[in-house]
Amino acid sequence: MIQVLAFYLFAALTIASATLVIMARNPVHSVLWLIVAFFNAAGLMVLVGAEFIAMLLVIVYVGAVAVLFLFVVMMLDIDFAELRAGFVKNFPLGMLIAVVLAAELVLGIGAYRAGSLELGTPDGSAAPLLGKSNIESIGALLYTKYLFLFESAGIILLVAMIGAIVLTHRERKGTRPQIISKQVRRRPEDATVNVKPEVGQGVQL
Amino acid sequence: MTSYFQSLGLTYEWSWFIATIAGILLIALPLMLAVAMIIYVDRKIWAAMALRKGPNVVGPFGLLQSFADGLKVFLQETIIPSASNKGLFLIAPIITFTVALMAWAVIPFNSGAVLADINVGLLYILAVSSLGVYGVVISGWASNSKYPFFSAMRAAAQMISYEVSIGFILICVVLWSGTFNLNGIVEAQQGHGLGIVNGYFFNLLLFPMWVMFLISSLAETARAPFDLTEAESELVAGYQTEYSSMAFALFWLGEYANVLLMCTLNAVLFFGGWLPPLDIPVLYLIPGWLWLFAKIFFFFFVFSWVKATVPRYRYDQLMRLGWKIFLPMSLLFVVLVSGWLMVTRYGA
Repeated sequence: MIQVLAFYLFAALTIASATLVIMARNPVHSVLWLIVAFFNAAGLMVLVGAEFIAMLLVIVYVGAVAVLFLFVVMMLDIDFAELRAGFVKNFPLGMLIAVVLAAELVLGIGAYRAGSLELGTPDGSAAPLLGKSNIESIGALLYTKYLFLFESAGIILLVAMIGAIVLTHRERKGTRPQIISKQVRRRPEDATVNVKPEVGQGVQL
Repeated sequence: MTSYFQSLGLTYEWSWFIATIAGILLIALPLMLAVAMIIYVDRKIWAAMALRKGPNVVGPFGLLQSFADGLKVFLQETIIPSASNKGLFLIAPIITFTVALMAWAVIPFNSGAVLADINVGLLYILAVSSLGVYGVVISGWASNSKYPFFSAMRAAAQMISYEVSIGFILICVVLWSGTFNLNGIVEAQQGHGLGIVNGYFFNLLLFPMWVMFLISSLAETARAPFDLTEAESELVAGYQTEYSSMAFALFWLGEYANVLLMCTLNAVLFFGGWLPPLDIPVLYLIPGWLWLFAKIFFFFFVFSWVKATVPRYRYDQLMRLGWKIFLPMSLLFVVLVSGWLMVTRYGA
């Protein structure tokens, strides 16, 4: 009973907030609705027993990706008149993407209803381990059967990260960065001299 | 508690529901009281270190100072700037406050005394603490004012930076205890050091992790010396500048609830949580939650001590510490810890 109520609550909120993402006039509001949608999707994941995926969804998407979205959107000075002016021009492209997405949805649901999905191997070795937690099942699968794919995904991400850093990095001339080790190495003797000048005499440095 | 309500003749689902609500109240209400008292303690410690008296007028030893302050803000007028984004302006403090309370659901107060005994407890804490930044960012943006906005930008960058190294530190702890469940992590620490000390701090590979976790938790809760989001000499009061009355109080309460949570995590992850410090049968006569509270109080004293003595970091120094020192160090220790466990525990 409570589970059914929770499901309909999460599902309705996910759909409503996803709709509001595209309906909201203010882009900051859009990002915030997107966060609400992520959150409710995580709730749905918990309901089907995939608590690890749910937590990852919140940590990665809500905790990191959406913060960066919000960061960028807040900095932008958006001209709404200009946005609406581009509507007619971009309408055909937008429709095309919408049609492609709709076709994919229909295809996906159709394929799912056509019969049970062969996830993994026929002998069922890819099925979740019984009596084990989510994390153990996923780990047991990722580090054995899909080790090569997993590692290559890691390499691709690493290369992408290095590429992004190389592309955006620039040497700035004329800056005077703080070099901590140099400051720490500095001793009183390097900077001060102890002299006892005669009365009436100056000090030559 | 669920079985108790079941014995009253309710179905399992409804008794679970009522038991959960009761558990939430049982944690949240004492927590609010603890926050009020810990603000008083913070001010007293700070005053003592500055050779002042601190709050000493309201009630015996000034113990009721926080409640007097609470009553004052409650009676104040709520001012909403006319140029602000009203809805978000009011939602932001609610988010900060709610998120600060949410994480307490998985904290074990005694053996098995935990509201939600889920097997992804530590991930849940990471997920919830990563939400904390939204209250700050939204309040900074919705205020439509320059200082709060600067503060929001700083907060976003600071919290994301330190969450990365906190994640790696937590991985080390999880590797050693072999579970994400906080109760399991506490139990794994029993007799960890030489068979007598309860706690991961007594471990050459995890002690540096604890030091880094303590410093990162200061940065994560934006406490001094990392309180750049509300650096009064630069940003007036940061993201709270435009707030007054209860909205301001909610930020205040949420902030201290977060500080208490970080103290609790220090105790639970590295100092054995509800276990006594030494694995001696006599010490188990004292109830576990008392040990936990003593440890939390000790860490809160450390937080206040740091606030009273360490000058504020500059922003670039904060970023340097997070990205150039903590991140490589914690990565190195993930490799060291997993290598060590591979050789000693899972070897051959």
